This record gives sequence, structure tokens and C-alpha cells, in this order.
Amino acid sequence: MPKQTFVLNGKSITVDVHDDVRVLWVLRDLLGVTGPKYGCGINVCKACTSHINGRAFSPCSVRVGDLRPDDEVTTIEGLPDTVGEDLHPMQRAWVDRDVAQCGYCQPGQIMAAVALVRKVRREGRAITESDLDGIRNICRCGTYTRIREAIRQGERQM
Amino acid sequence: MTAHAHDPLSLSGRALSVRRRSFLGYVMAGATLVAAADLGLAQAARGAVPSGVQVPELYDLEDLQTDAAQPTANLITVTINEDGTASFAIPRMEVGQGITTSTAMLIAEELDLPLDKVIVTLAPARPELVWNQLTGGSNTTVSTYTPVRVAAAIAKGALLDAAAIQLGAEVARLQSHEGIITAPDGSSVTYGELATRAASTTDRTVQVELKDASDFSVIGTPRNRDDALAAVTGQKKFAMDLHVPGALPTMVCRPPTLNGTPKRLLNKREILAMPGVKNVAKVDTGIAVRAKTFGQCIDAIRKMDVVWNPGPVEGESDQTILARLRKAEVPLAVPDVNPLAKTVEESFTFMFRSSAALEPNCAVADVREDGATIWAGLKVPILAQQNIARALGMTQDQVRVNVITGGGSFGHKLFSDAAIEAAKISQAMGEPVRLMWHRADEPRQGRLHPMVTSRIRATHLAGQVLSFEQRNTSVVTDFSHGLGEIITSTIDEAPTEVGRTLGGLGFSETIFTLTQELPYDFGLVTQLLDETDDRFNTGSMRNIYSPDTAVANELVIDRIAKQMGKDPLAFRLEFLKDDRTRAALQKAADAGGWGRKLPDGVAQGIAIHKEYKGATAVLVEIDCRPATVGRDIYHAVTGPRVTKAVLAVDAGLVINPRGLEAQMIGGFSDGMALTLTSSCHLRDGHFLEASWDNYFYTRQWNVPPEFEVHVMPSDSEQPGGAGEAGVAASAAAVACAYARATGTMPTRFPINHGTLSFKPKSFVPSVPQSPVNGLDHTY
Repeated sequence: MPKQTFVLNGKSITVDVHDDVRVLWVLRDLLGVTGPKYGCGINVCKACTSHINGRAFSPCSVRVGDLRPDDEVTTIEGLPDTVGEDLHPMQRAWVDRDVAQCGYCQPGQIMAAVALVRKVRREGRAITESDLDGIRNICRCGTYTRIREAIRQGERQM
Repeated sequence: MTAHAHDPLSLSGRALSVRRRSFLGYVMAGATLVAAADLGLAQAARGAVPSGVQVPELYDLEDLQTDAAQPTANLITVTINEDGTASFAIPRMEVGQGITTSTAMLIAEELDLPLDKVIVTLAPARPELVWNQLTGGSNTTVSTYTPVRVAAAIAKGALLDAAAIQLGAEVARLQSHEGIITAPDGSSVTYGELATRAASTTDRTVQVELKDASDFSVIGTPRNRDDALAAVTGQKKFAMDLHVPGALPTMVCRPPTLNGTPKRLLNKREILAMPGVKNVAKVDTGIAVRAKTFGQCIDAIRKMDVVWNPGPVEGESDQTILARLRKAEVPLAVPDVNPLAKTVEESFTFMFRSSAALEPNCAVADVREDGATIWAGLKVPILAQQNIARALGMTQDQVRVNVITGGGSFGHKLFSDAAIEAAKISQAMGEPVRLMWHRADEPRQGRLHPMVTSRIRATHLAGQVLSFEQRNTSVVTDFSHGLGEIITSTIDEAPTEVGRTLGGLGFSETIFTLTQELPYDFGLVTQLLDETDDRFNTGSMRNIYSPDTAVANELVIDRIAKQMGKDPLAFRLEFLKDDRTRAALQKAADAGGWGRKLPDGVAQGIAIHKEYKGATAVLVEIDCRPATVGRDIYHAVTGPRVTKAVLAVDAGLVINPRGLEAQMIGGFSDGMALTLTSSCHLRDGHFLEASWDNYFYTRQWNVPPEFEVHVMPSDSEQPGGAGEAGVAASAAAVACAYARATGTMPTRFPINHGTLSFKPKSFVPSVPQSPVNGLDHTY
């Protein structure tokens, strides 16, 4: 079986698995990294949102064989380390606003929010209402209002 | 239930006394201090009622569930640990509604312990609790409020007794604060140090008084969820995150039509040779496959060549089911009112909707020769245990059922479909399994809210409503999870007047009658449910019947008001017969700026709902102008935009206002989706929806930019239900606003059901393949 190598939450890892297995299953089923959640498997619900080289992606829709050895995959578990703190400012905002209800979608929501802030900063601007409207992550508990508030707060503190 | 006058019905024997009451409980034998209370201690607040009442005013679903707990004289225990924490395993399920947090608050309050030192976990199936382990009907806090406090108060009393000996001071002179007991001389001892000293070698009965509400310092204060940190760090464990040795990913290839069954798998050898695949087994619901990864399960399912038996709704569609409902509709009665009265008559249709959570149906099962262990999100774990034992040919005590926090429920987890299926598969394969439904399986084979028609005939004359008759006709709602059994065991205990009314009704009709209440002075008011067609997988979706009945009622109320030349708000304030509901309505109207001038195509709507020992009022503004309806958002179904929502909720005594507000936010998202966007389409014997890009639950592009929740002050000593309290009035307010903005009377919900906004995914194979282009869509 092919050996797959990539950087996961700051550490290079190698795993024996076929090229076409999607990254989500490599993370969850083979590596026991369960922060990214399954909600659809077709890049629709975004519950598995993680980062690749600092940008948001859906691990359910990427073959592990398409990762390069130096690709850096960051899941919610590795997010605090990217700022060298116990919690990323976006996570702090989430706790402060008591956003989570069941919590199932929240790792993906937070990873999407962090990527959104980075994206608008690359574009030299701040988050707009229409950016928030465009977030695709589903929260079936419907706590969207608090998600929006927390993203605004997290943006200020990032 | 008719509006004739009669003497107030005396229920004083059941009324909750305003005085402080003593409760009996137990200090249990144990290594550390264990205090116990009878879970049946809860007593619903019922007072004398005025004339002209509907059943829920006298006795509602909350009372029924609470009373069902009474005969089960079994104990719940609060344990004080040597590390100074208190622990409690609640026999209910946390699904996001915040009951572990609010229950920890009750214990922290009585114990004078910091909230973060109270650890609330979920109890496994406890068969001795009989019917007192069901999470539903927004009843958890209603039914556990008193017993949990009693157990904590007993623990506190035992700690004080032990401290008195330790510190050489009288109990009455000791002060407890934040887990430390201090004597007048300044010496102190911690709960942790007292945990073993306060332990008892025998069980003994003790009497306690609970803290007075005026002394509350935790109850009623906004607190964050106890699992907030775990949720945001990815550490919160759901069933599929548990590590159970050998429990490999497992999925099921499901039939192309609803509830079809497998005849045989033609290419078993080929499937077993696929990468990662370990086992294949036929079960009654389909062909199960167990593999190293879920991705390999999906690959295997897509390759399976299965011969299927047709399902029971082969060839049926929305239209044929609706025609069947129409046939089952009972004619509306000709009201016995003044012949000069004006009649308003409307008929509404509510399509099938999916109650699926974001966490799909799933369970871990490890079935051995001599016993089985299950891990799953289960709101009725005792029944799950019984059903699993039956399916496996085991005795109930051979099956251990662990209740795991759920990634949402919305009624879905009342059923143990996945747990039973996982147990069968584990037994068939002889291996532990981690069974997960594919998302596509959920709307297609999972539990749905049934299709319903609601007809209303109302009459009015000279500014008075003389009669209001509502007849719902519905595909059968499955209550096999046990509410039915509660009813049979409890109905005799209900007040006589109620028992007479409910006697002879079916289970669903009883639930309907126990929950539906139209709190307006509308003369002759009747609301009834008739059911037909039990071929669908249905269940009690969040707030069960109420969103549909409220939408129908409130739209008709707006029409009556218009015919009378009255403002919708003024009309409601005039006719509401309940002060709490009226106050909530006034609050929503004031805070939301009712009546403010809006452009054409934009309108306000306002609605109320009374249930769960409380009342909710909602004001919304909706923008139905073409530029908004057609706004372009990538891969989004947009439509009318609710631009503002203001909710006012009276939930009685509030334990955690921050949690209550969260439930209102979520309840609104659900209610708005029911009215505008969320439905399942039945065609040719199967539901077309297969994922979140087909089933349009509320998304960020639907969320009102302005959103407020106002928690009404209450002097009630009784907590109300929160989990479902926001849904019905939200659905109704959005419907009323839409009707006013468009100048139409919408009669089918959701309003976009007529447009199929997606291309249905394949039925064979039963699951879609995961894309591979994820790296093209990074941001």
C-alpha cells in the first residue's frame, strides 16, 4: 500500500493507505483526529472544514494522494498552536459568546471563520455582512446569530 | 372544551404550595458522600382554572410526562468526590439543548459549590427508571428541577453535619461558600476533605428544605455551557469519535425506494476483495459493509449489485399522499352560531420535512456471544435496550446501553434506529462496528415530520369571533418510542375532566390534544387531529404539531382582523385570554417597532404560541422584493429574506437565560425554515433529497441581520420548557409577514416546495461519491 506523507498539526506524518481515500477518513478513521466532523461527505455542509497551508478546505473532498509531503494540514486540534497559545482568538470569541449548542459543526465553523478573516485581510479589508451571508457551514442547531457575533469579535482579536 | 361557563375546576390538591416545603431524600451508603432523591418528586404547578378552557390549560404534555415519573420510586444520586467536585449522572440526553449545564447550575446552587466543580454526565440505560428516562417534550427541567435540587440539598446537609463535628461548631453557625465550610472561629474545611467523613455506612432517610428563590445566586444568572471549551477545541466526543477497539467504520447500502428490503447481494466476493473491506452482511434494512475507513464503505456501497424488494410506498408521490389525506379529512362542523356571522375558511398543506441532525444516525455496537454493549445518542435508552435485546435474542440485562451526547436531535434521536441496526450488524458480522448512516440515507430513509393538512373555519360577527374550528389531518406520527406507554399508565391519574376528554383517543391524537392550545377568546374553539397512512418513517420533529397549527391559526387570525378592520397586533391584544402571552406579545411589538413604515414588498408579521408552561411572541420583518428574492449567492437557494426577528419568551422560572436565548435562536432558525425553505419531495416511492444542498435548512444567507431575544420576567416557581418553545411562533410570524408582504394567502408550506431547486442524486448507487476537487475551492 502506498505511503502517504503530509504535515499534520505541525508534525510530519506518514500513513499506509490508498491514494484515493479522502483526507477526512485518513484523519478520523486512521489517525484518530476527530475534530473534523462528517456531515455530508460531498463538500456541502463544511463540518469537516480544516486548513491546508493556512487556507480553508474540506478534507472530505480531497484525496490523500493529492497531498504533498510538505502540505500543512491543520485541524481544530492544531489551531491554537498556529498562534502559540492555549486557544486561538477565534476559539476564545466562541467561548465568550457561548456559541456552541450541540457543538458538532463548531470545529468546522471556527476553521472557516479563521480562514475568512485571513482572506479578507489578504484583500486588505474587513469582514462584511455579505461575507457572513456567504459562509456555507451548516449549523443544524441554528445558532447562526451567535456565530456571526463571534466572528466579528474574533476578527477584532486576531 | 367548549366555551361554556362552569364552576372553576378545583385542582388544589395538586397545586404547588408557595410556602417552602420539606422534601424527603436519602443519604446512601458509600465510600464518599452519596445523596439521593426520588426522581418522582417533581410536581407540576396547577392551580384552579377559569371557565372556557382547552385541555392544555388544565393539563398538558408537561404534566403528563411529569406525572408519568411519579410511580417510579427510583433514585437519582449526587456524589461528593474527594477532589471537591460533585458528580451527577442525569437520566436524560444532552443534544445541544443545554441540560447538563442547567442541571449543574441547580446542583451548584443548592450545594454552594462553584459551577465548574459540578460534573454532570449522562446516565446509561437504567431500566429501573421505567418511563422516567425519556428526553423529549421540552420536559427535562420541568420534571427534574425539584428532585435534583433535593439530592443536592441532602448532600449539603450531610456535609454540614460532618463539618460541625470536624470544626466543633453547631451546624446553624456554619457558613458554606464556594465549596468551603467555615466556622465562626474562622476555621474551615473543604467539601473534598469532608467527602469521606460525610459518607454513610447505611442508607438513611433525611428531610431537607430547599433554598428559597430569593436566595438564588446561580439559578437565573446567564452561564456558558459546561462543554463550551470541549466543543471549540474539537475535544467533545460524539458517538463516532469514541475509540472502541475493533469497531471499524460500517455503512449500509440502502434500497432505492422508501423502506424497501434487500433480496440478495449478487457480487459479495467482488465487494470483499475491495481495498479496506473486511465484512459484508445482509440485514433487514440493506447490505452492511465494514471497512478500515468510511470512504472505503462508500466505495463498496457504490459497487454493490443488490436485488431489492419494493417498499410499501412504491410509485407514490406528494400528490397521491395528499389525495389520501384529503380523503381522510373529516368534514368541518357547521357552527351553531348566528346565521348573519361572516365565515372565514382556509385549508393549508404542510409537506414532509426531515428532522435529521447534522450528526447522522450512528451507533457503536460490540455484540458478543454472551452480551452486547452499545454507545449511541439515545433519548429513550431503556426502550432501545429492550429492542436491542429482542433483536439479538438476549435478555435485557445482557445489553448495556451507553448514552452519548448527541450532535443535535430535533426529535430524531427519540428513535434508536441506528443502535438497533448496529447491534444486528455486529451480531451478523461477529465483530464490533461503528455504524454511520450516509447523509443521503437521512432524508431518504430516516425519520420525517409527516405531511399534514390543516383546515380552519372561523366565524365572526360584530367584532367578536364566535367560533374557531381547526381540523388537522396527518400521515401517522410514530410515537412507538414510549410516549404512548406513558399515556396508558398515566391517563387515569389525570384530572377527571381531562381523562374524560382524552379517553378513547389514539396516542397521537392525545399528544395533539395535550399540546395544542389557542389562547384567544374565540367562542367555540376546537382543535382536532385525524391520522391516516402509517407507511412512512416519522417522528416528533422539534415542537411536533405546533408549528403547523400555529401557522394556520395565525394566518387566519390576520385575515379575521383584516375583515374586522383591525390591526393584527391590536386584534391579538384584544382577544388574547392569557396575560403572560399578552405581555410577551406587547414586548415583541414594542421592541420590534410594530407598525413602522416599510417599502412595498417588505412587511412585518407578528404571532404568538403558548405551550410548555410558557409563551412566546415573535415579530419579524420580511423582504419579498424581487432584488432580494433573486439575490445571487454562490450555490444558494435564496428567496425572501427575513431582515429582522424579535422574540419575547416567558418560560416561567428561567435557570439559565443564556441557554434559553440559545434555544430561541435555534428555534427561530427551525421555524423560519419550516415556513420558507425546508421540505422533502416524494416522487415514485422515494424522497428526492439526499444532502444539505437539496434539503434547505436555514443557512447564513437566510439569517436575519437584526435579531433580538427578550426573556420575560416571571414570578413563577415553575420552570417551563425551552427547547421547542421558539419554533411555532417563529414559523407563524414569518408566514404572516410573507402573506402581508406579498398580499397573498400562502396555503402550502414551505412556500418554495413547488420549485425543485436541485438535480436529484442517484438512487442506485444509494450514496454519492465524495468529490476530489476540494483543493480547487480553498480560501
